[in-house]
Amino acid sequence: MKLTSTEIEIAEILEKNARLSNEDIAKMTNLSLDETDKIIKKLEEHNIIVRYVSLVDWSKIEGHEGVTAMIDVKVTPKRDVGFDAVAERIYRFKEVKSVYLMSGTYDLSVVIEGKSMNEVARFVSNKLSTIESVISTTTHFILKKYKHDGTVYESDDEDRRIVVSP
Amino acid sequence: MSQTTTYLAEHVKALKPSGIRRFFDLAAGMKGVISLGVGEPDFVTSWNLREAAITSLEQGYTSYTANAGLMELREEIAGYMQKQFSVSYDPESEIIVTVGASQAIDIAFRAILNPGDEVIIVEPCFVSYAPLVTMAGGVPIHVQTLKENDFKILPSQLEEVMTERTKAIMLCSPNNPTGTMLNKAELEKIAEIAVRHDLLVLSDEIYAELVYDEPYTSLASIEGMRERTILLNGFSKGFAMTGWRLGFVCAPEEITQGMLKIHQYAIMCASTMAQYAGLEGLKNGRENVEEMRKSYRQRRNFIVQSLNEMGLTCHNPGGAFYAFPSIESTGLSSEEFAEELLKAEKVAVVPGNAFGESGEGHIRCSYATSLTQLQEAMKRIRRFIDNL
Repeated sequence: MKLTSTEIEIAEILEKNARLSNEDIAKMTNLSLDETDKIIKKLEEHNIIVRYVSLVDWSKIEGHEGVTAMIDVKVTPKRDVGFDAVAERIYRFKEVKSVYLMSGTYDLSVVIEGKSMNEVARFVSNKLSTIESVISTTTHFILKKYKHDGTVYESDDEDRRIVVSP
Repeated sequence: MSQTTTYLAEHVKALKPSGIRRFFDLAAGMKGVISLGVGEPDFVTSWNLREAAITSLEQGYTSYTANAGLMELREEIAGYMQKQFSVSYDPESEIIVTVGASQAIDIAFRAILNPGDEVIIVEPCFVSYAPLVTMAGGVPIHVQTLKENDFKILPSQLEEVMTERTKAIMLCSPNNPTGTMLNKAELEKIAEIAVRHDLLVLSDEIYAELVYDEPYTSLASIEGMRERTILLNGFSKGFAMTGWRLGFVCAPEEITQGMLKIHQYAIMCASTMAQYAGLEGLKNGRENVEEMRKSYRQRRNFIVQSLNEMGLTCHNPGGAFYAFPSIESTGLSSEEFAEELLKAEKVAVVPGNAFGESGEGHIRCSYATSLTQLQEAMKRIRRFIDNL
């Protein structure tokens, strides 16, 4: 659907910081609070704003470190439904955090989160590989997250400017 | 102390230190200060520009460039000025790459002023204009723009101070500290006076990239003005490159060549690695500039509304990153307000009188700081006012 530039701007603002109040967003965009409320509601109703999320660095919390793996999956597409049916079979598992259809040497990129390498390995061998259309899987474990969705985990954003300048 | 000062030239002894200096000393020693006193972007220079400078060092580009700057950079500047501002300058003879726009202002005054020549300085304004006129042997004539006119200069105000010694007008739009931008029609009125009195105009357009409501008009693009405009611009604000010290000046050949003589004796050339970073900025930096502009506009809207809501009336500044609210309703002078606010709530703002007489009764609040900091600063200022 087509949105106005103001509607897009509000989506951008909320994407960066979902905790801003509607009052502040209204000020930032020079709209009335009423207009702002309406636009946000519209974005939510059309599932353009799908969900409000926080980016949590679990690696900082003892006992919650967990592991993330990116799995390249080759599949045989099914007649009529193509890749969608097998993608759905995969993304329904709660361990699966993302599924993308890819161009290139494999078909689906699947991101899995688990408590341990063992748990992920079990999932791949018991659940993923056994799906009928799945031809092969290649599992890559993530060793360290530097930047995620545009956010640098350990960013040094200290203000280095002098306090007062002309 | 007295021993040393005896060596100093009289005109340097007479020079007043910047009004901002004292306030800096006060704020610099404090912890937990939220500063709205900073006259530079809060963005770090975009990575692709920094990376270009690193690459230039790796490749060993560490020698002088041509006095006027890398030819490739001047060509890009010419293209940029044409595309963004519809003004055309010959990169061979009409553009000099300078050490910030500040150095460009300095060589411009030194190139054009004979002893006793008068320069009309439109205030409130950046702190260096008048001292640089004085140091170049000229006489600054201060004209005060007023709050009632949203700090826009009226043609009649210029006419009032005109004498036969008037050589030039110093103009800055969008303005530091008021954020006021002059639109095309307003510039045309100033141009008419400049042409009629055969004056030069130094047009400080360093904030030209940061305008939020109306399209920007460069003074040099107005009919009859190219031949009498010294256009000052640079990378500091639009490209968030303050610390690199990279600016440029565009002017008709005769003036440019005069400035170039001073530039080559005093400076030789601008920093080579900075020039390579600037080159990357002009070639591939457009998107970054737009992104920063968008972010400033949101923060401008936020701070202007917040200040007005708490009774610090503030006109809507069309550009730069400053709000310039009136604090007259508090009964405090601008210095008292800034000092008390800093002590009570640890928010640093700059007293408006640091920028000229008519800045009194105002404070300059820079919104080049994160929205989170701005939200907190607005809370603190509101509390400060409520407790007065």
